[in-house]
Amino acid sequence: MTFSPALEERFAKLLTSYPPGRQRSAVVPMLLYAQDEIGHVSQELVEEVACRCGVTPLQVDEVIGYYSMLHRKPLGKYHVQVCTNISCQVVGGEDLYGHAARTLGIGNKQVTPDGLISLEEVECMGACSWAPAIQINYDFHHFVTRERFDQLIQALRDGTYQETA
Amino acid sequence: MAAPVNLTIDGQKLQASPGTLLINAAKQAGISIPAFCYYDGLALQAACRMCLVEVEKTPKLQVACTLPVAEGMVVRTDSPQVRQARKGMLEFLLTNHPLDCPVCDKGGECELQDMVFRYGAGQSRFIEPKVHVDEKQWSPIVYYDAPRCILCYRCVRICGEGLGVSALGIGNRGVVAEIVPNRGDHLECDECGACIDICPVGALTSGTYRYKARPWEMDHVGTICTHCSNGCKTTLGIRNGQILRANSRDHSGINGEFLCVKGRYAFDFNEHPGRLTSPLVRSDGEFKPVSWAQALAAVAQRFTELRVKRGNFAVIGSNHTTNEENFLLQKFAREVLRTSNIDHHRTGDVAGLIHALDGRTNVLASTDDLYNTKAALVISSDLAQEQPLLAFQLRANWRHHKAHVYAVTPGPVREDNYATTARAEPGNEFDVFESMRERLAKEPELVILFGDAIKGGRIARLVSFGDSLGIPVKYVCLVDYSNSRGASDMGLLPHLLPGYRSVSDSGLEPGLNYDQILAAADLDALWIVGANPLARQSLASPNAFLVVQDLFLTETARQASVVLPAASAYEKNGTFTNVCGDVQKLSRAAKTMGTKSDLEIIALLAKEMRQDFGAAKPEVVFDEIRRSVRGYDVPLTVIETGGAAKTVLLDGRPQVASRNGHFRVDTDANLIRSARNTLFTSGTLGRFSQMLSSVIEAPGALYRDPRKQPEVREGSVQVETVKQGQ
Repeated sequence: MTFSPALEERFAKLLTSYPPGRQRSAVVPMLLYAQDEIGHVSQELVEEVACRCGVTPLQVDEVIGYYSMLHRKPLGKYHVQVCTNISCQVVGGEDLYGHAARTLGIGNKQVTPDGLISLEEVECMGACSWAPAIQINYDFHHFVTRERFDQLIQALRDGTYQETA
Repeated sequence: MAAPVNLTIDGQKLQASPGTLLINAAKQAGISIPAFCYYDGLALQAACRMCLVEVEKTPKLQVACTLPVAEGMVVRTDSPQVRQARKGMLEFLLTNHPLDCPVCDKGGECELQDMVFRYGAGQSRFIEPKVHVDEKQWSPIVYYDAPRCILCYRCVRICGEGLGVSALGIGNRGVVAEIVPNRGDHLECDECGACIDICPVGALTSGTYRYKARPWEMDHVGTICTHCSNGCKTTLGIRNGQILRANSRDHSGINGEFLCVKGRYAFDFNEHPGRLTSPLVRSDGEFKPVSWAQALAAVAQRFTELRVKRGNFAVIGSNHTTNEENFLLQKFAREVLRTSNIDHHRTGDVAGLIHALDGRTNVLASTDDLYNTKAALVISSDLAQEQPLLAFQLRANWRHHKAHVYAVTPGPVREDNYATTARAEPGNEFDVFESMRERLAKEPELVILFGDAIKGGRIARLVSFGDSLGIPVKYVCLVDYSNSRGASDMGLLPHLLPGYRSVSDSGLEPGLNYDQILAAADLDALWIVGANPLARQSLASPNAFLVVQDLFLTETARQASVVLPAASAYEKNGTFTNVCGDVQKLSRAAKTMGTKSDLEIIALLAKEMRQDFGAAKPEVVFDEIRRSVRGYDVPLTVIETGGAAKTVLLDGRPQVASRNGHFRVDTDANLIRSARNTLFTSGTLGRFSQMLSSVIEAPGALYRDPRKQPEVREGSVQVETVKQGQ
């Protein structure tokens, strides 16, 4: 399996970033970067990362099962993550999540039929001071109301949404 | 050795060597600290938190399984605080654990049950519904019931560290975390069942035993596995004379917790519907079931007639019968039938090795030596496939003692994962040894294990290579079957008497060997005990009176004149000698109606022929073996108590015969042919085990360590080095 030259370069650097014999430390970052490029963690990717880091595919699977930000199924082009953890919850996070699910017509970890948007209910993302917060791919959006949410979704659909991260 | 550390546990002052874990120091003092995840010989996990203890001057409770002892340490293992902590842990473990103990296989021998019984947690504060996941089948042998699992990681570690297979892992996290197999929904592994045995609860259950019995209904009979030559102790669970399971229940054998798929699951041949239960006599070309008396009379009559006529007898013995049976068989052949035409399917050149080392002492390695010697060299054997316990021992030696393991094999082997290995085409091995010489000579000691590629004159060459290293070297001649070594030691050989005495010592001439017997056109009678030579070779004497003793109507038995149904190794008492020369006791566990042990059959035949063979009791015959066979004067207490007694075939005294130059090594090295059984085959016997044939695995899986890409190539003599240690 080959990746873009930029990613290959990143991988090469990662494998030398840890003490000798500890290449397995690169499993998580490699999976995350590769997931960004491919869209999800495919079986092929699991085997590739296992081989490059010197672990068994099963050991890579253990990591994927543990970390919720690693996805075995393809996500939408924009992955919308709504926090319903405590700080967001007390200021309407759950209501926002319910609104999101109704508006998009999809449930947790599902993708819209056009493949544009996926939705996930997530635990605390460390944006408690600006709750309720959502995250679209790597961008945070703070103090999100139903209206603000609708605007963001419209922008995603119109193609006017600007990613910053 | 460093000065011992003084500590106090529960008011008891004791000493322990530095580095000892608290849990083990307590155990030595007879104080048991409960634990699920801690397992001797495996990596520390500290996952279950059951072993929490109070250590003075430490504010929080400490896990005894990872805490090394320290000078002046004062520990309390049974304070109210500790008891409370254990109760709390159990309450957590029971959060989603189903209370299906009444139907659970583990009920009655479950560590979780025992702990709850001891520490309470009879009430739970959890009112939420329990998380339930359906049971999964991962292979014909392994089933997994996730809700019962307490995530102690024992199975994951025994599979990865112990076996080097790494087929199990942990999937998901938190309350839905569970053990996952390496192929998504099924397992691809050795199917050894170690994960099932090591499971403290009933999460992993075995396809053969599940929902069949309660542990307390069974009798547990420790005996020796009847498949390969490694001589693992397997404890058979017996109910109403039927074998329901096999495991390494009390770890009291030379194998500790180890057993392979054959030891744990391939006992089902014993109940195969094809088992012979009545003697058969051929009349008008058809087999007719007859009584034992009639069958024995028929054989005795024909044998007596031929004996009077000085007919040409030959005997082929078994790799699966006991020492006592082998001893009696050769005695019968030599004294009653007056023939030296006796042999067995030789799978390794033990006689050749004994000859090459004659006059020395302390040069034959025992099973323990494989775990304790600093270095080992494996020659021409795919050890993990053919000699599973020996492979496990060497791997454990590398894991625990950082032993250096070398392997010279024709193809890739699992030992490549941790050993220094080189490929050598058959016949080319010695060139490779030379390339390793420098490294081997630097080892403080060495055990050399060799398969059937080294035989005849090549053994002397190997021994002189060993001598030239200038270090103490011990040898193991690898053989295939459960008592292949015993067959050889007991003189089922045309040129050697029990204890490798030359037949000329008794004024006899060497007889026909295995191949010559089958090729001889003038045999009058051939007696085949527990062997199936006609599966591959044909008999040149079609009119010979063929008597076959076996469990099944094999290719050989089908051609017989008389077939006598024999008892299996699980149905008799006696002794086996394993590949390393350790003698162990077989205990009768099961019984198949209509069969008789080979010992009984031989003795009855002797009686029928008016020969006095004394009492046909294994212990009587073994006593004779102890008195008359060199090296077999082993302590009876060791054997009677289920231990392994080492034979001393080489005690420094040269064989009289070899001094006279009569100790003849059979020149035909072609007679020595290993069947190259894998983990999933066991000669003819293996064909009758449904369990062995039901697993999908292809033999020869390497479970390659992905960290290491072996650079050795076919036919090259390149030596590869890998890092040693954990």
